[in-house]
Amino acid sequence: MAGTAARASDKRMPGDSQLVVEGVSKKFGGVVAVSDVSLEVPRGGILSIIGPNGAGKTSLLNMISGFYTPDTGRVALEGTDITRRKPSDIAALGIARTFQNIALFSGLTVLDNLMLGRHVRMKAGVFASALYWGPARREEIAHREACEEIIEFLKLQDLRKQQTAALAYGLRKRVELGRALALEPKILLLDEPMGGMNTDEKEDMARYILDVNQERGVTVVLIEHDMGVVMDISDRVVVLDRGRRIAGGTPEEVQRDPAVIAAYLGGGSRG
Amino acid sequence: MEWEFTLLLIGNGVLIGLMYSLIALGFVVVYKATDAINFAQGEFVMLAALFSAAVMVLMELPFWVAVIVAVLGMVSFSFGLERVVLRPLLGRPVVAVIMATIGLAAILRGLGPMIFGAETRSISLPVGDEPLRLGPFILQPVQITGALVALAFLGGFTWFFLRSRMGVAMRAVADNQQVAMAMGINVERYFALAWAMAGIVSALGGVVWGAMLGVDVHVSLVGLKVFPVVILGGLDSIVGAVVGGLIVGIVENLAAGYLDPLVGGGSKDFAPYVLMIIALMVRPYGIFGKRKIERV
Repeated sequence: MAGTAARASDKRMPGDSQLVVEGVSKKFGGVVAVSDVSLEVPRGGILSIIGPNGAGKTSLLNMISGFYTPDTGRVALEGTDITRRKPSDIAALGIARTFQNIALFSGLTVLDNLMLGRHVRMKAGVFASALYWGPARREEIAHREACEEIIEFLKLQDLRKQQTAALAYGLRKRVELGRALALEPKILLLDEPMGGMNTDEKEDMARYILDVNQERGVTVVLIEHDMGVVMDISDRVVVLDRGRRIAGGTPEEVQRDPAVIAAYLGGGSRG
Repeated sequence: MEWEFTLLLIGNGVLIGLMYSLIALGFVVVYKATDAINFAQGEFVMLAALFSAAVMVLMELPFWVAVIVAVLGMVSFSFGLERVVLRPLLGRPVVAVIMATIGLAAILRGLGPMIFGAETRSISLPVGDEPLRLGPFILQPVQITGALVALAFLGGFTWFFLRSRMGVAMRAVADNQQVAMAMGINVERYFALAWAMAGIVSALGGVVWGAMLGVDVHVSLVGLKVFPVVILGGLDSIVGAVVGGLIVGIVENLAAGYLDPLVGGGSKDFAPYVLMIIALMVRPYGIFGKRKIERV
């Protein structure tokens, strides 16, 4: 990963906080999934959330994207409270996400999946698209072009018309990234985009994430287990353990943090 | 002459079968998009038939007014039903929705005659009643109309789901509601749309079916045909609804032609169910249904 390391070192300084999570908690029955976690996602940066299994990383992501409503605390996007908004509204506001287990629409083609990503950007309604052939058609073409651009960016040209169920694992992950990009998000939440990948695939994915961040200016929140990748590409790292935030800072700071070392090496009480 | 009789039975079975497909389509669209099993599909058809009979017989207005009233009435009804009864049940166990629709079916069967009267009313389509003779086939104009309406809708729905943006979004909702939400798709709006589509299908089914049988509470019995159709074809498949409908229509007619004279009648009504039970044992997800693979 020499290339990615070089790129990471010359990254521009992250700006203000685009997304703010303040003291959110979530309980399921008696089980505390997330407890009083706060974090700030710098505009234009890559923030990684790491932690052992069951640390509450995905629950936290679900609260940001509106799938869970926090029991306490708030989530704000660019100063607007989005804590209790519906997932579809939050997506429309510019927060796209991928899922830990690949969640493509399996009966649909790659292109259809990407076009669905553009759903929130589509203006013409049903009746317009049925009646006003001209404008609706032009809109359709514009969306199609946006998808083609993403297809090219992710090198999916040959797979446009393939059903996603038939694709190899790494490719499906890439299509899922593409679908999230089709929303033209301000912030991209990636839940283990490299989970289950081999080294080559991971490197490709890391490259794409960096390009998304730097060339497209999309802020990225990343959950990832591969420490090498995380330390390479992140501007900020937040560490969760058993639902609590135990550390946060630059990759270097986090790597030296005794609490993190203890959680990863010392803590034996975890399932 | 024997083969001509068989062909005649099959020909009529195809026409009736397409009607079953149309009505089953309402069930399939709702199941596909919302996972709800609608036990009131037959009552939807009955309600639509009552609407059209009210317009044509009680108000003596022309046929096309009846069709418009039936369609608008059923769309409003199913929209309202989704909004008031079913949406609050979202996220509850499947059985809650099933029970709600069974309850709804009973209510409609009671309220229908209460409001519109219990007598059988005949409505007629503006297609004449001179049967069409084509070789061995003797086809009733009403049945041909029903089959044509069904074909048009099956084609329209296929186009909608494969090509239109909303149709693709609806398939996405059917495939994975969570992910659809993350894509910014307003899932509830598509639920409402699916119910409205069931309403439209029921409206047209009701007008034609009512014209065939006469309009009273018994029109709702067509709902009983829906289950063998969708189990044979697959609960979530439009093609399956067509094939299932054809199978049920043909089997029913063959049973009526060959078995009923031997056993003294009645086999027509249960033959499709025998087939359904066999299908459940051999291929529980239907001929075209999606096989659900779940991680345990």
